[in-house]
Parts: sequence; C-alpha cells; structure tokens
Amino acid sequence: MWKTIIRRVLLMIPQILILSILIFILADFMPGDPFTGLVDPNLDPAQLDAMREAYGLNDPLPVKYVRWMKNALQGDFGRSFNYQQPVTAVIAGRMGNTIRLSLLSIILTYLIGLPLGILAGRYNESILDKTVLVYNFVSFAVPIFVLALLMVWVFGYNLNWFPARGSISVNAVTQWDKWMSQLYHLLLPSITTAILGTTSIIQYLRSEIIDAKVSDYVKTARSKGVPIQKVYTKHIFRNASLPIASGFGFTIVSLFTGSIFIEKIFTYRGMGYLFLQSINTRDYSVIFVLALFYGFLGLIGTLLSDVILMAVDPRIRID
Amino acid sequence: MAVERSLLEVNNLETGFRFGDVYHNAVDDVSLTLENNEILAIVGESGCGKSTLATSIMGLHDPKNTEIKGEVIYKDLNLLDLNEKLYNRIRGNDIGMIFQDPLGSLNPLMTIYNQISESLEYHSDLNEEQRRARVLELLNQVGIPRPEQIMKNYPHELSGGMRQRVVIAIALANKPPVIIADEPTTALDVTIQAQILDLMVDIQDETGSGIILITHDLGVVAETADRVAVMYAGQIVEEAPVEELFANPKHPYTRSLLNSIPHELEDDDDELHVIHGTVPSLQKLPRKGCRFAPRIPWIPEDSHEENPVLHEISPNHKVRCTCWKHFHFEGEDE
Repeated sequence: MWKTIIRRVLLMIPQILILSILIFILADFMPGDPFTGLVDPNLDPAQLDAMREAYGLNDPLPVKYVRWMKNALQGDFGRSFNYQQPVTAVIAGRMGNTIRLSLLSIILTYLIGLPLGILAGRYNESILDKTVLVYNFVSFAVPIFVLALLMVWVFGYNLNWFPARGSISVNAVTQWDKWMSQLYHLLLPSITTAILGTTSIIQYLRSEIIDAKVSDYVKTARSKGVPIQKVYTKHIFRNASLPIASGFGFTIVSLFTGSIFIEKIFTYRGMGYLFLQSINTRDYSVIFVLALFYGFLGLIGTLLSDVILMAVDPRIRID
Repeated sequence: MAVERSLLEVNNLETGFRFGDVYHNAVDDVSLTLENNEILAIVGESGCGKSTLATSIMGLHDPKNTEIKGEVIYKDLNLLDLNEKLYNRIRGNDIGMIFQDPLGSLNPLMTIYNQISESLEYHSDLNEEQRRARVLELLNQVGIPRPEQIMKNYPHELSGGMRQRVVIAIALANKPPVIIADEPTTALDVTIQAQILDLMVDIQDETGSGIILITHDLGVVAETADRVAVMYAGQIVEEAPVEELFANPKHPYTRSLLNSIPHELEDDDDELHVIHGTVPSLQKLPRKGCRFAPRIPWIPEDSHEENPVLHEISPNHKVRCTCWKHFHFEGEDE
C-alpha cells in the first residue's frame, strides 16, 4: 500500500505542472490587470506602462510563467498587488479561518448525515424515513446562496442568535474569549454548509442499507442466529458505509471549495473570501496560487479516497 | 406415551406476500415431515415456492410484508410462535441453512474465520482458542485445503466451490440436527456440483442430521435424496420415496419434469421436451381447481378434481388431484 501511495504522490508532480500551466493561461485571459481602475485616472499612460513594465506584466506569457516557476521552486510564490505582501503570507493569514470552518462543517455534516441516513435506511418506508427524504430533497434542491442568505436573515438578523458576519469579535481579549468567539462565529456558516453536505451521505447510506438488508449475506447472518441489532452493526452498516468512506476524500475537498460562497455570504475572512476578492481586483499572484492550491487539494482528495477504500474494503487493491 | 414425533414437522404452512392490501400465498397449505438421518428433496420449477418454504421455516421473512400461517414443529415447539430472541436460539443452532449463491451469501468484508466463528459465538460457550480449533475442524470436514491459511482469507479470494464449502461449514458449525440447503449446487460448475453433493451426503452420514434439499435438478435428487416432494405453484403435488418416484411417477407435473430431462438425442428429429407455459405469477394464480391444468390443456377438464387434495395411492406415495389417471403427453395416445 505504501508503494502505491508514494507512486501516486510522485505522479502528482506532472499533474500539478500541467494544472499550473492551464491556470496561468486562463488567468491571463482575464480582461484588465492589477492597475485597472486602481490608479489615478489622470496618470500618464506612458507612466502606467512603465509601471506595468516594471512589474513584468508586459512580458510574453511563457516568460512570465518560467519566471514565476523559478521563484516558486525557491519558495517565493510572488507578491500580492493588493496587500503588498508575499502571497504566502496573505494566504497563511486566511488559512486558519478556512480550516476551522471546514473542520466544523465536516464534523457537523457527518453528525447530521450518518444518523439520519442510518435511521432512514433501517426504518425505510416509515414516517421517519419519509421525513428524512423530504429534508433531503429540500437540501438538495436549495442552492447554497439561497440557504445561506435565508440562514443569515432568520438566525442572524431576525432572531439574532448568531453573528451574521465576520470570524471573531473585536471585544474578545483573553485567549479563551477569542476561541469562544471564533466558535460562535463559525456556527452559522458551518451549519449551513453541513445541511447542504448531508444530502449525498444520507442518500447513499439509505439506499445501501436498503440493498444490504435483503442481501444474501444478511440472510446467512440471520440464519446463524445473530440478533438483528448485531446483524445491523456487524454486517449491514459496515457494508453500507463503503461509499461514504470512499467519498470522504472528495467531501473534504468539496467543503474547502464550497466554502468560497459561504465565506462570501457570511463575510467570513477565509481563503474563499480572499479568492473572490482577488478575482475582483485582478490580484493574479493570489488567484494563481489559490487556484493551484484547490487543484492540489483535489488530487489529495482523490488519493485519500483511494487509500480509505483500500483500507476498508479487502476486495480493493490498487496497484 | 406420546406419539413419536418427526424431527421437523411442517403443518399446513401458508406464506403470503403482500401486494397492496392483499396477501397472495407463495406457499399454500404445505405439510411435510423430516426424519433424522434423511435427505428430503423438494423439487420444482423456479417460482414454485421452494425457497419461500425454506425461509419460512427459518422465520427469515419481513413480518411487515408477509403473513405466515400454520405450524413448524420442532422439539414440540411451534417455531412460528417464537419471538425473535427464542427463534435466534434455534437458528444456526438447531437448524442450519445453506444458500444458493456462495459469493453473495458471504459477507465480503469479513474473513472466513470470523464468519464461521460468528455462528459459534451465539450458540456456544467456547472461548477464542476453542472456537479457532472448531473452525479448523469444520474447514477440514468440508474439505478445504490449508485451512490455517484459508480462514484468514476473504470470500473474494476463494473459488466458487470453496466458498460453498465455507457456507456449508457455517451451517454445520453447531452441529444442527436439521439442515436446509436451498439450491446448494445451482451456482456451481458441474464437476464442483458433484463434489459438493458428495460432501453433503458424507456429512449426513457422519452427523445423522435431517437435510431438506431444495433443488430444481432431478439429477441431484436421484443421487442424494431419500424422499422427494414435488412442488408446483406453492403446493406439494406428489410425494414419494426417491426410487418410487423415479420408477413410478404419477402426477402430470412430475412426469413432465422427468420427461424434460435432456437425454441423448438419437436422431435429428429428437427434440428437447418442454412443459407448456410457465408457473403463473402469484397474483394471477387460480386458487381453485388443479393448478397444473392450464399447462396440460389437452387433458379433459372433468378429469381434474374440483378441490384437489393429496391422495395416498400406495404406502408413502401421495399424489394431488385425480388428473394423473387420465394423463398422457401431448400427441401421445391415452
């Protein structure tokens, strides 16, 4: 298994290289540049051009790419025009917020999704199952921005239960207060993310359990005299959880990328918020590194899913 | 002094499946007995209720969608009256079951050892070490080579024949007096089929269990069974000792089945004999009259009984309906 993992990691290098070229080209297609609309309109076009020249913006694409790559290999991912700071520093400043948001979202997603899926599958056709199904259809059909706005409006604005924006209160002084304040700010966006993320977990679990219930190995287990509760825990749930386990890698990635919209709507200053902001201001170096990072996450997620699947299903051997 | 009872008695068993609000019987008033040291074969086409009969005896049906009436008497207990907890003491301990598809009937995520040992866990006080010894003994008994190693394998790592041996080992784990084998050889190659049948006959010799062998293969019946019950559309239509049934088949369905066994074709005009039509679906099954009548339309209607019952035409040989007296194959003279 370690051999497979190492080989897959090595394979990522050319994949990332190709990805970086694609993103570089696409970023270049965007109209405008970092100086568009930012500098004094009375500025002499010649002077503007000199500034562009100084930043290397007028160079041909391949030259820009090679220059960037050279620096990147030495750990320099460029400077943000917007913040006048190294890109790494800008992103690192936001990463903590996004990781916290994603972690809590994952926990809540599985905390809501697993029990509902198990109950709906085990007691399918019951009132409970039908209720879960309605919840599922709604959460599947509602777009992320509609639900997020609704949550902000109801729980943030009208009921005032949770802060509707930001990631920490300015009044938090002690470390403990800061943590609590961060958690408090996290709740609404992560609940929103979790509600949307549960759909596939519930649906997979439910239908896998319903299939497993009538499978022959369950008949065998029951004919051994295994009590029904044990049949569920030892046979049905384990088999039914395979697609959930293998989907875990993708779930993590989708939470990171899904948080782009959530962060925007909740004005939660994480990487997703930074990403959208950078696109608006044509902050190329930040866009580029973030897009690459999301692509890299995708590769990691795929690998993670395969590794998990290998670990839980003895039939799967990926060489 | 009580009457000597059979090992297992099935009395007037009816198993109905729910369609909407109506229950349709897949097993319709079946009575059977199984003695110690006996292989009772139940034969019939697909869809005639054989497997439903087996799973009804084991109580494996979903009570929400099935309705089971009648009695299954084992050791003076009517199993159908038992609650789940008591039934679980019987399952695997007193009645072992072998299923048709050896890949599907093993849990893909559990090792062979765990699957066999699970059956011991619920019915014996054996400790881990004793269970291991028993599993090894069982694997040896069912003829699995290198049992020490095989028991650490997963089902997908074994061949079909091996998997079926494991399934048999699971059924045998607690030395149950009754074994129900539901088409144990259907999913296997012909050569492997013979091995598995030999194995089952050997096991029966060794343990003295009563075996209910469900099959649609008359060759299997001839080789292994002591007694045969032929099922059609949820009912037993003929029941006889195996030699009697093959030498002296009576019911038109039994005769048609025997006639449709492929034999060596002598010239080009020889055709395989088939039985007209198919087993009717549960909803469309006529509940009155001889159920086989629609498939032998050339037999005059008045030769069937209005409500066919089993008649004992000679000792231990029972036939349903009276139409057998007038039966001839289509195109033949009476």
